[in-house]
Amino acid sequence: MSRTISGAAYGAAGLAALLAVLEAVPRLGLVDARFLPPASEILAELGGLLATPELWIALAETLRGWALGLGVAFVAAVAVGVVIDLIPGLRAASNSTIEFLRPIPSVALIPLATLLFGASLGSTLLLVVYAAFWQVLIQVLYGVADVDTVARDTARSYGLGRWSVIRHLVWPTALPYIMTGLRLAAAVAFILAITAELVIGSPGLGLEIQTAQSGGAVPTVYALVVLTGLIGIAVNAGVRMLERRVLAWHPSVRGATR
Amino acid sequence: MRGIVRVFGLPVLLVLAWWAYSAVADNFYVPDPLRVAQAFADTWFGQRLLDDALPSVGRLAAGYVVATVIGVGLGVPIGLSTRLRATAEPVLEFFRAIPPPVLVPLIMLLVGIDDTMKVLVIVSGCVWPILLNTVEGVRALDEVLADTCRMYGISRWHLILRGASPQIMAGLRQSLSVGIILMVISEMFASSSGLGFTIVLFQRGFQIAEMWSGILLLGLLGFALSTAFRWLERRILFWHWSNRA
Repeated sequence: MSRTISGAAYGAAGLAALLAVLEAVPRLGLVDARFLPPASEILAELGGLLATPELWIALAETLRGWALGLGVAFVAAVAVGVVIDLIPGLRAASNSTIEFLRPIPSVALIPLATLLFGASLGSTLLLVVYAAFWQVLIQVLYGVADVDTVARDTARSYGLGRWSVIRHLVWPTALPYIMTGLRLAAAVAFILAITAELVIGSPGLGLEIQTAQSGGAVPTVYALVVLTGLIGIAVNAGVRMLERRVLAWHPSVRGATR
Repeated sequence: MRGIVRVFGLPVLLVLAWWAYSAVADNFYVPDPLRVAQAFADTWFGQRLLDDALPSVGRLAAGYVVATVIGVGLGVPIGLSTRLRATAEPVLEFFRAIPPPVLVPLIMLLVGIDDTMKVLVIVSGCVWPILLNTVEGVRALDEVLADTCRMYGISRWHLILRGASPQIMAGLRQSLSVGIILMVISEMFASSSGLGFTIVLFQRGFQIAEMWSGILLLGLLGFALSTAFRWLERRILFWHWSNRA
């Protein structure tokens, strides 16, 4: 217990040191304060922004694009993964296609999204879904392949139907993999949501950053960047919590909490 | 024969479906595959390859190498010291959680919009996965192994880099996809050359087939880089259990 407390103290010291450096560098004139405002100014700006309704609207837009895109990608990837597993031969046949499509950077789709949807939620969704889909699909495919052959044979000899096998055997086996996929996809989806707003101009925090930057509101840019970092941390922590909850029965989680 | 059908069957079917769709639907945004292939050859085989594609890849390589040096160089000392790690961890977690593309406007503010900016953007995004994975890999080094190495006089650096290399490679793999994203975005923002710039130029000019050919090129680049990375990873980690199976 005291270990974790001293760990937290060191961590707090680290954060304090970062803030001190960010405060000192512009104040001492090492970097022009017009381009790097002191930390106190950035945090004050962030506090001011948090009091405006516009910021919360932008935040809601970003989170909506993130959640919708992640949800669509997750459901689609799980469905496709299960279908690939169910139909014999499809796995081998789809392998080359998946291995080719997966590494395509989803930012390559930015021009297409701009043409099809313009600066709207649709653009965000196209990028988010494409990026998140592969993260989940790959894990689903690993997961369904990991089903114990003895367990599968046992299920067959006990006469379990196809759906019972999926429900009681494939799903629990694949679930830890799927949750890993969800965790990776959640982080990627957030990055792509912000990217779409920043580059295409769909409404959200990314657009606010772009507007602030082109308007020369430097402290606002920094404050918003800090905010996206905080949201990123919250997204990671939230998904990890969900993972622990969903997999509470799994040895990897049970062992860790003991 | 069966192998060929297995590898090329579905892709051929998909291209045929694309062809059929473009013929039936006559969608302005979906040109037929032959037209895209033609545009691909006309657009990219020639001066554009030298003027746009190569500089992009060069900047990506430069940023990636610098990020690797910084990430591993800082990650090893942080991973070795418990205190340093406890101090640095929240800061690193915060920097990693920032979506890398938002760094583009920031770095534009600080250094302007030249090549340095694009390389710096790539470095600033790629460095965190490498750094954090190096820290994790060094931290998890087997103590018995460390003692054994000391006994036999095997150099400490050798042990650290070899022992942490599976984790470091995992970080490098994550960074590669981040790097490609940032390469494209930094060029879309402010540039007069590069793949990202050119593709957006086609899109603004409604040169749809050319735009698709650019998307295709980026796809091929992503595929080629990830294939090359996997080959390299197998070479470097040939001794690791994950490659022994």
